[in-house]
Amino acid sequence: MADFLIGTALFISAVTALGLYRVLRARIAVERMMAVQLLGTGGGAALLLLGVASGVSAANDAALLLMLFATFSCAAFTLGLETTPTENLGSEEESR
Amino acid sequence: MTLLADAFTVIAVSAGALLFLAGTIGLLRFPDTLSRLHALSKADNLGLGLIVLGLLPQAGSLSGGLKLVCVWLLAQLSAATASQLIAGRIHRRKSGS
Repeated sequence: MADFLIGTALFISAVTALGLYRVLRARIAVERMMAVQLLGTGGGAALLLLGVASGVSAANDAALLLMLFATFSCAAFTLGLETTPTENLGSEEESR
Repeated sequence: MTLLADAFTVIAVSAGALLFLAGTIGLLRFPDTLSRLHALSKADNLGLGLIVLGLLPQAGSLSGGLKLVCVWLLAQLSAATASQLIAGRIHRRKSGS
């Protein structure tokens, strides 16, 4: 069972890395912030799987912290955009 | 009994991993920022929920299982908040303010 859980954790990490690569390549600042959110969800899931597979319950706490940090950084990013005028951060609109 | 629990874990965790794959494919293929955000928040959070559900029979104690459920609930709350904030930001930028 532990082998299966570790394999799934590796699979989810690989898939998350693929998504991260795609989102980080975007030129829009909002999409880069979506990469942080993806890291929170995917990294949290991989950490939960690894924690149950290895019996280390502290991995659950690490997953919880990762997701909370992702949310707080998204909120801080949005609040920062609210206060600054729409200069360079959001002006690189995709022309598609 | 433990065989049944193991089979449940394998099925639910595999379904969760598949949903993560689906979310990433949506992220790679969708043309729009808003639809990419949709794929990211919906599919990935459902995948996380299925993984937590599958891990519940493997959790050693009752408090361990409760903690897993709490992680999932908090992830739902935080993902909803963050997605709403980001989508509102995109919407306001498109409407020109």
